[in-house]
Amino acid sequence: MSSAAVRASHGAHDDVLHGGGVDHHHHDDGSKTLLGFWIYLMSDCLIFSGLFATFAVLANSTAGGPTGKELFELPYVLGETMLLLISSVTFGMAMLNMHAGKKGGVVAWLAVTFLFGAGFIGMEVYEFAKLVHEGAGPSTSAFLSSYFTLVGTHGLHVTCGLIWLVVMMDQIRRFGLTDATQRRLSCLSLFWHFLDIVWICVFTFVYLRGAI
Amino acid sequence: MSGNHHSHDAHHGAEHADHGSTKSYVVGFVLSVVLTLASFGVVMSGKVPHDLMMPGIIVFGVAQLIVQLKYFLHMGLSPSQRSNFAIMLFTLLILAIVVVGSLWVMHNMNANMMHPTSQMMPVE
Amino acid sequence: MFGKLTLDAIPYHEPIVMGTLVAVILGGLAMLAVITKFRLWGYLWKEWFTSVDHKKIGIMYIIVALVMLLRGFSDAIMMRMQQAMAAGESAGYLPPHHFDQVFTAHGVIMIFFVAMPFITGLMNMVVPLQIGARDVAYPFLNSLSFWLFMSGVVLVMVSLFVGDFAATGWLAYPPLSGIKYSPTVGVDYYIWSLQLSGLGTTLSGINFIVTIMKMRAPGMTLMKMPVFTWTALVTNILIVAAFPILTVTLALLTADRYLDMHFFTNELGGNAMMYVNMIWIWGHPEVYILILPCFGAFSEIVATFSKKPLFGYTSMVYATSCIGVLSFVVWLHHFFTMGSGANVNAFFGITTMIISVPTGAKLFNWLFTMYRGRVQFTVPMLWTVGFMVTFVIGGVTGVLLAVPGADFLLHNSVFLIAHFHNVIIGGVVFGVFAAINYWFPKAFGFRLNEFWGKASFWCWLVGFWMAFAPLYVLGLKGMTRRMNHYANPDWQPFLIVAALGAAVIALGIFCTLVQFYVSIRDRKKLTDPSGDPWGGRTLEWAISSPAPFYNFAIVPQIKELDQFWEDKQNGVAYVQPAKYEDIHMPRNTGVGVVMGAFGTVLGFALVWHIWWLAAVGLLGMIGAFIVRAYDRDIDYWVPAAEVEKIERSRHAQLQQFQTTQVAPVAAPQRQKVA
Repeated sequence: MSSAAVRASHGAHDDVLHGGGVDHHHHDDGSKTLLGFWIYLMSDCLIFSGLFATFAVLANSTAGGPTGKELFELPYVLGETMLLLISSVTFGMAMLNMHAGKKGGVVAWLAVTFLFGAGFIGMEVYEFAKLVHEGAGPSTSAFLSSYFTLVGTHGLHVTCGLIWLVVMMDQIRRFGLTDATQRRLSCLSLFWHFLDIVWICVFTFVYLRGAI
Repeated sequence: MSGNHHSHDAHHGAEHADHGSTKSYVVGFVLSVVLTLASFGVVMSGKVPHDLMMPGIIVFGVAQLIVQLKYFLHMGLSPSQRSNFAIMLFTLLILAIVVVGSLWVMHNMNANMMHPTSQMMPVE
Repeated sequence: MFGKLTLDAIPYHEPIVMGTLVAVILGGLAMLAVITKFRLWGYLWKEWFTSVDHKKIGIMYIIVALVMLLRGFSDAIMMRMQQAMAAGESAGYLPPHHFDQVFTAHGVIMIFFVAMPFITGLMNMVVPLQIGARDVAYPFLNSLSFWLFMSGVVLVMVSLFVGDFAATGWLAYPPLSGIKYSPTVGVDYYIWSLQLSGLGTTLSGINFIVTIMKMRAPGMTLMKMPVFTWTALVTNILIVAAFPILTVTLALLTADRYLDMHFFTNELGGNAMMYVNMIWIWGHPEVYILILPCFGAFSEIVATFSKKPLFGYTSMVYATSCIGVLSFVVWLHHFFTMGSGANVNAFFGITTMIISVPTGAKLFNWLFTMYRGRVQFTVPMLWTVGFMVTFVIGGVTGVLLAVPGADFLLHNSVFLIAHFHNVIIGGVVFGVFAAINYWFPKAFGFRLNEFWGKASFWCWLVGFWMAFAPLYVLGLKGMTRRMNHYANPDWQPFLIVAALGAAVIALGIFCTLVQFYVSIRDRKKLTDPSGDPWGGRTLEWAISSPAPFYNFAIVPQIKELDQFWEDKQNGVAYVQPAKYEDIHMPRNTGVGVVMGAFGTVLGFALVWHIWWLAAVGLLGMIGAFIVRAYDRDIDYWVPAAEVEKIERSRHAQLQQFQTTQVAPVAAPQRQKVA
């Protein structure tokens, strides 16, 4: 177990000694991280595929309860969609600022993105509360169980994205645009746009199809 | 330090050819808004024949997926993107198997076993 | 305050459980005392628990798997005893509710907490070494995966003594597993232990895909990758693609149980069939997740001990990939009888028959590798030959079950039980033991004892056939699975033979334990000074045994499929480099342990509806992760001088060994090198 001794004898000062090397290493790390994160997103995508499949199978199982056509208010959903779309493009602006090395711009655009994302979550929570209040909660029928679970899981992801946004704003303020923060921001960017893509499927196959 | 940063950017530029630009984000955004409005319009306007609604929203939905993949996620066929693209195609294959397979299996099962749900659907 | 948890949750009235509890407490206290007495806590914490070294994590996975094998196997012995006794008038010794928990726990433990960690552990141990990497892509994530898996293990073990375990069968089909028919916490233990360990599995799947795709030694193209690494790649792709479906399925069952939803209930539109459909979309890829790395291990072993390159490397790779894709389109053969109709059943029956073709191709490859080779019947090779004979029969009965018409007769009979034990024991267990015997020297620096290894093999082989051949017969006679009691006395003789078979397998497990003990005792005699005890072909045998913590002092350049073998043939395998470089390594971290601990708290609290504690667990997990994100001191450099010192002593040892020529096994190549 000579490794213990080796490990113990090396401290943080190594970074100073190996400036160039560190840079090289972190580069490899960047492409690895983005690939890994992409694979994670794809596995997340398959979580949604399971939820969509369940929703599709149970969409007609309303058990005499309210149907989607009776419940869904499309103008409201259009509003939610617009909030998410705008947050996507504001995140894009944050990324452009990041590539230009403008720290202040990144934090500002991330804050804007956060507001739109939070607006979306607020609208969704209100929508859910209203449905439950009207007696169309998740325990009413298999259809509503699958509706709440699918849309709610997307909302949960957006909420995680919001927490991540806050952490990133703080990290960029503290550490600046380092390799690590840039790498993480690139991952968050993929995550955020990915959630947009899932939402396109949600409004197409849940709301619009349900309203036909 | 700034020297390091410079080399970093250059390297990045070679790896991921496309970071997008303000213009590409705006184009993507405008296209997305138009396609979203088109999707909602198909159902809400009341002017589209009932039979065309489903195909309509699917076409617009898929178009928007492609737009977002291209303009926001910077998906492409450049060599650096190829492995990501291949992974995505494999995921789509599994996704299709899960969704279509489940629907096929469950539809037949519901029909044959006279599940209450199937009573509301036309049995083929 | 404590949700559903009261003191009544401890099953005082069940003597078997209480006896086990006393034994576990005494054993646990003894172990803690020993660790404290020898002041091992610091060593364990620093060198093992917080380690991000893939080799140590791999070893920990395999140790836990061995421990859980004992637990799962004691369940098996209990079932065999019950069925040997409970004919006609006799009710046996296990009450039905207990028997149901036993067969559920047996299945869950053997698949999720024995087979999976064996496979994950092997991949951890071997894959980075085979591709010439110094660690996996995300070392911290690897440690986190292990500790999430551990929190699943802890929950399953706790369920034995606090509350109960699911009594539903290993896949917990609703509506039986719904809150109405399983109102106790058993199914909740099942759900949360699988969710936690499943999350760990998915993360390590991602980790290994990136490792294999991004960290291969320069020159190692995909088609120059060792077969084991290939099978690991496909297995991890299957993990990342299939485990999310399991996560969703269990989450929906959770919603039914906790939030009064109606996905799989009998009323309000729920559809229990959807659960069965979904869980098998995960379940069938899962069996290939388990078997593919074993195929890879057999391929390495067969080539090494036949002293020939693997026959049909390319076809092996394509067969593996084909199996990977096809494994996603056969799931319905697990429920032909649920009434999807002739067209659906025909489709899935045919795909099932097709998937046996690439598997058959692999068998021919192994046979042709052995053909005209100088086969050495070492312990790993014995397991491999035993596998080939046993697995083929399991495969044939599988194809028989793939015929929907035949399946209607055999569905849920013990014929099916015999079939899948035939492929899982004959394939996965034999494969894991072959691999452990094969790679053990690389992990610890000494070989395992041959005699006890062979004894273990013969006990397992004979015991397996004694235990499961009778079940094939009984299945054809119409005996269904999971029976606590049966009226037909004609079945009893067969079940007594099966119980004796289980006893012989127990002897095999005992031999394995003795093998470890004897090998550790004689480790000086069994030492592997060359790092290449078998005359291996792949990169892991080029470095010392045990592998240094940085794996490769100099990253190898790859031009051939079996680069190390070629180097040995050309006499350049052990050339010392002129100059060493600093090596960059990840620093150990305790965050994985902390997150695993909070995960255990979260799972336990959710099982017992202790909501405040669940919040503590969840926030603790998230908080620990965020704290980790702020830690910027996560790596360090090993100076070249340090590397040189370690490598010097390695080469000195090697030279001494080459002049004395201790191991006859690898002698021919050695002479060329010398």
